[in-house]
Amino acid sequence: MKTELTINGTQHKLELDPRTTLLDALRHHLGLTGSKKGCDHGQCGACTVMVNGRRINSCLTLACMHDGDEITTIEGIGQPDNLSPLQQAFISQDGFQCGYCTPGQICSATAMLEEIAEGWPSHATEDINDRPSLTVDEIAERMSGNLCRCAAYPNIVEAIRKTAEESA
Amino acid sequence: MTEVFKMDAPATDRRLDDMVQGLVGAPLDRPEGPLKVTGQATYANEWQVENMAHGVMVRAPGPSGRVVLSNRDDVAAMPGVLAVIQDERLLRNPAQGKANEAPVQGPHHAAYMGQLIAVVVAETFEQARHAAQSVKVTLENAEVVAVTSDTAAVEPQESKTLDQGDLETAMREAAHTVDATYTTPSHSSTPMEPHASIATWEGEDLILRGSYQMLKYNRNELADSLGIHPDRVRMLAPYVGGGFGSKLGIAPEAVAAAIAAREVGRPVSVALHRQQVYEATMRRSDTRQRIRLAADAEGRLIGLGHDALVSNLPGETFAEPVLQASHFLYAGANRKMSMDLARVHRLCCGSVRAPGEAVGVTVFESAMDELAQQIGMDPVELRRRNIPDKDPESGKPFSSRRFEDALDSGAKIFGWADRPGVKERREGEWLIGYGMASAARVNVLMESQARVTLTPQGTARVETDMTDIGTGTYAILGQIAGDMLGLPRDAVEVVLGDTSLPPAAGSGGSWGASSSGTSVYLACQAIRQQLAERLEVSENDLTLKDGRATFDNQTRGLADILQNDEIVKLGHVEAGETSEAVRQATFGAYFAEVAVHAATGETRVRRMHGTFAAGRILNAKTARSQCLGGMTFGIGMALTEELAFDPRDGHVANHNLAEYHIPVNADVPQLTVELLEERDDWANPMQAKGIGELGICGAGAAILNAIYNATGVRVRDYPATLDKVIAGM
Amino acid sequence: MRPFDYSRASSTADAAQQAAGGGTFIAGGTNLLDLMKLEVMAPDKLIDINRLDLSQIEETSDGGLRIGALVSNSDLANDTRVRRDWPVLSRALLAGASGQLRNKATTGGNLLQRTRCLYFYDRATPCNKRDPGSGCAAREGFNRILAVLGTSEHCIATHPSDMAVAMRVLDAEVETLKQDGETRRLTLDALYLLPGDHPERETVLEPGELITAVVLPAPIKDAQQTYRKVRDRASYAFALVSVAGIVGLKDGRISHADLAFGGLAPKPWRNAEVEELLIGETPSETLFDKAADILLAEAQGYGANDFKIPLARRTLVSVLNELTKEASA
Repeated sequence: MKTELTINGTQHKLELDPRTTLLDALRHHLGLTGSKKGCDHGQCGACTVMVNGRRINSCLTLACMHDGDEITTIEGIGQPDNLSPLQQAFISQDGFQCGYCTPGQICSATAMLEEIAEGWPSHATEDINDRPSLTVDEIAERMSGNLCRCAAYPNIVEAIRKTAEESA
Repeated sequence: MTEVFKMDAPATDRRLDDMVQGLVGAPLDRPEGPLKVTGQATYANEWQVENMAHGVMVRAPGPSGRVVLSNRDDVAAMPGVLAVIQDERLLRNPAQGKANEAPVQGPHHAAYMGQLIAVVVAETFEQARHAAQSVKVTLENAEVVAVTSDTAAVEPQESKTLDQGDLETAMREAAHTVDATYTTPSHSSTPMEPHASIATWEGEDLILRGSYQMLKYNRNELADSLGIHPDRVRMLAPYVGGGFGSKLGIAPEAVAAAIAAREVGRPVSVALHRQQVYEATMRRSDTRQRIRLAADAEGRLIGLGHDALVSNLPGETFAEPVLQASHFLYAGANRKMSMDLARVHRLCCGSVRAPGEAVGVTVFESAMDELAQQIGMDPVELRRRNIPDKDPESGKPFSSRRFEDALDSGAKIFGWADRPGVKERREGEWLIGYGMASAARVNVLMESQARVTLTPQGTARVETDMTDIGTGTYAILGQIAGDMLGLPRDAVEVVLGDTSLPPAAGSGGSWGASSSGTSVYLACQAIRQQLAERLEVSENDLTLKDGRATFDNQTRGLADILQNDEIVKLGHVEAGETSEAVRQATFGAYFAEVAVHAATGETRVRRMHGTFAAGRILNAKTARSQCLGGMTFGIGMALTEELAFDPRDGHVANHNLAEYHIPVNADVPQLTVELLEERDDWANPMQAKGIGELGICGAGAAILNAIYNATGVRVRDYPATLDKVIAGM
Repeated sequence: MRPFDYSRASSTADAAQQAAGGGTFIAGGTNLLDLMKLEVMAPDKLIDINRLDLSQIEETSDGGLRIGALVSNSDLANDTRVRRDWPVLSRALLAGASGQLRNKATTGGNLLQRTRCLYFYDRATPCNKRDPGSGCAAREGFNRILAVLGTSEHCIATHPSDMAVAMRVLDAEVETLKQDGETRRLTLDALYLLPGDHPERETVLEPGELITAVVLPAPIKDAQQTYRKVRDRASYAFALVSVAGIVGLKDGRISHADLAFGGLAPKPWRNAEVEELLIGETPSETLFDKAADILLAEAQGYGANDFKIPLARRTLVSVLNELTKEASA
């Protein structure tokens, strides 16, 4: 199955078994192992990437369904010597321990801040007709699709809050 | 030949306090952070290995019987399939921590449902997965076996029995008594990275890239499982995506990968599916715990009892050490304890974060809350009154113990004085309650080695096969070396997770930081000694900072002192007499505020605070994070986590992350942590104790006690899911 | 995952034609791929409908909304019209899954989610839904999350959707396109089948029949709406019990009462008698208790899920209290 994906701005032409998930295409075929496999069933968020700007679980979609799509993975968000503000904040706030869920957390948070900027409500939003504010409850709810067993949650919330405040 | 340092006497010199680089204890960022936040850190199944094939394991569909793969040839002929392997050496279950030898092996007889009984290898992951799912497994001559403790054979653990004084009489004569039986369910470590191994053979030599916590043991366990000499095995685990006990011992996928790679003649990756992690790695034993408390009119314990029932697979010696902290946490002259082990055909029990105290202290602290309620006494005061002068059973002194300070300081920070009476506070439909509990965990020093190299360029390299499973090893070992050698943090490189390096204690039992840290400290101390000899001064008079040595009113750079030499020293520590001479433990206190929905019984933790004392803190940032993690495990234990077993075949019914509910972000408030200043001279030359597990040892009780305070409902069957709360409302 | 043929549909007509030889549509895929990985579902042919023009939300002439089947759960929850006029739907969507899943999951796919029954998911155990005639392992197994209403001796599965509960309370209807080009409209009540003797049949949809849209009737005026989801975690967990309610008051009496329930039954549950009882009455605990009596008259627990019966009662009473208080404010 021929599939063309634009990943972090680079076009890739792949020949894949149709059963290949987007996550396995990244990890097994492109050497992009920043996106993690924690459950392979959309239950942990470690595989979160952005497709056409939106965060999704890359384990629960087939690569061939994304022919022509623009995909952003953690590798496209920043590099060790060129970190995004959110990546830097995760380090400063110790928003991780083992680090396995971290790329998913950061991809998720990057897209989530856009969602808030666009005014999307959440389960934690008091009045869903109002613009949401960046409270601890809002961040925690919106990040609940990303499990962290080391439980850096309070630090993750703080890293996101500080980054958003500083960019505002 | 390096001398082994045995911890035989208290280290009262407190040398780290003399160092001036200012690294140890500072809340420094993790040096590997930039790699982790960019996805560049390489976890087990991420090495780019040429010509690698993929293996997927196959499960036993029941808990008993001879395993037959009835369509093996058909599967072997499927597209891409390279091998269907049911080798005798496949593991029945993972090795226990520190086993140092192979666990029970053999895939031809099922001992529990979910046991991994074969591996299918194919060119691609997609082919291997489908082929593995196509294997028809039948169990011949299956017998009816016990899958719950209620119907299982029970083995009393005589060595765990204690009978001191006369508890029965104390219970009869006491002004206040509690006699309550609690249960805790099985828990799963659930690290975010599923177990995975890539095996590569180079001739007779095996390289195993895996996700393991204690490499020096794991290498021996793997070699023994395969029937080869450990010298033939090199294991690599520079980054480990969480362990929490589940990666202490060699696990089925590593042995399967090694056998498969040998058979197909090329590297093979075997990654467990999340379901397999739940079904075939390790669980924390379920427990039934009877607590008896006898107190006088002033709330002083005159007796206490703790009787536990735990479970494990036949053939396993591990029995969840539930009583561990009950031996020393509280005073009381009359003491009775016992432990029974039920043999059940469920997945293996082993260490899950803080084996023993995680469930033992938690249950004991719930019972203490019952006693406080009965007496009408502030639960903090009840604990304070029962802090023993010395170990209540052995009579040994405590090495260091800021338990009372933790209770007092934690109460103050949390605002405990403002606590409501039972069922007294309500906000709309939410009932508000406060609860507290003590924290306690034994402290252990383990043998550990590290090599430190000081270069003339003013840099140092720390090398050990120690792991960093999120614990902060990369950070703290660099801080210790930097302080001891007077180097900026960035000038110290820390290399971990490779069995070709000096063998370390490994990450487990909260001993990792203090044991491996001590080995680094010792190596650095030896380097300091050599520098002092070269400079012909006493080591004590040598001040090292920013790559320069100051002594006798002069300052010289390292390059100048070393000329072109490197100094390489090995540090090697072993536990000694201080392990026996005193009672070593860490202590703390938790405080929680919960809101319980009056109609639905849902509980939300609104605030939670922990104050902990664990000797010298090596990095205030990573230590705090460890406590956050422990407390969050406590939230899970209190409210949601339970491995649910099918009552007929004992399989883990909720074997996925959607139904085994570890806390999500929204379950956890902005927890607060206070770390008390402490030095424990008896623990090790750094005066540091373990902190990785203390945060879970009692945390859940603070929450259940708060639920009681909010609702008047005492849940004695962990976790306090809403069905149990509304049943009492 | 078994091998399959993959193709992309270019139009709804093309989709129908491609499905003629047997095939399964894939949209978001968040449940289908989950099940395919475990080979609980194993279609020979996968027809990708993601490029079809079914992602619009349009206003209908009678003041309602026509929601394209491919509108994502996020876009539907965020639609300003839905937030303002059908808030119960926004709330239900936002209570479900995670941000990532809502971005991928679609309106049509959400309605067709399969049960979360742990035995349905585990091929080593019998399940009449997965393997008709093999038996039901859940009845005497770990059934905490399963149904207490509408079950049969063959199946006690629950429908897991939050969105569908809100759609049910809003009297939404699905529009479908059959293979022969015929279209039809179905209420949710008509769409879903109870397990009875054939738990493997979950809807009345024919092979190859495609949901193209879901239509909401005009918003209900002068009534309060809420979606209350009770679950084991604060977020990212399926409902144990959920209640979608739309309640209005006039002169101190209940003038409008629409109630639908999730987590209790094999389909989003609604009971007209409950609503009839409430209409015209003055709100009171006694009245709400009676409503719960009617709702739960036939409820049967299977051990681990017994608690759902008192939980449903308590949740319903709580929701009615909330809505009638808001309506009178």
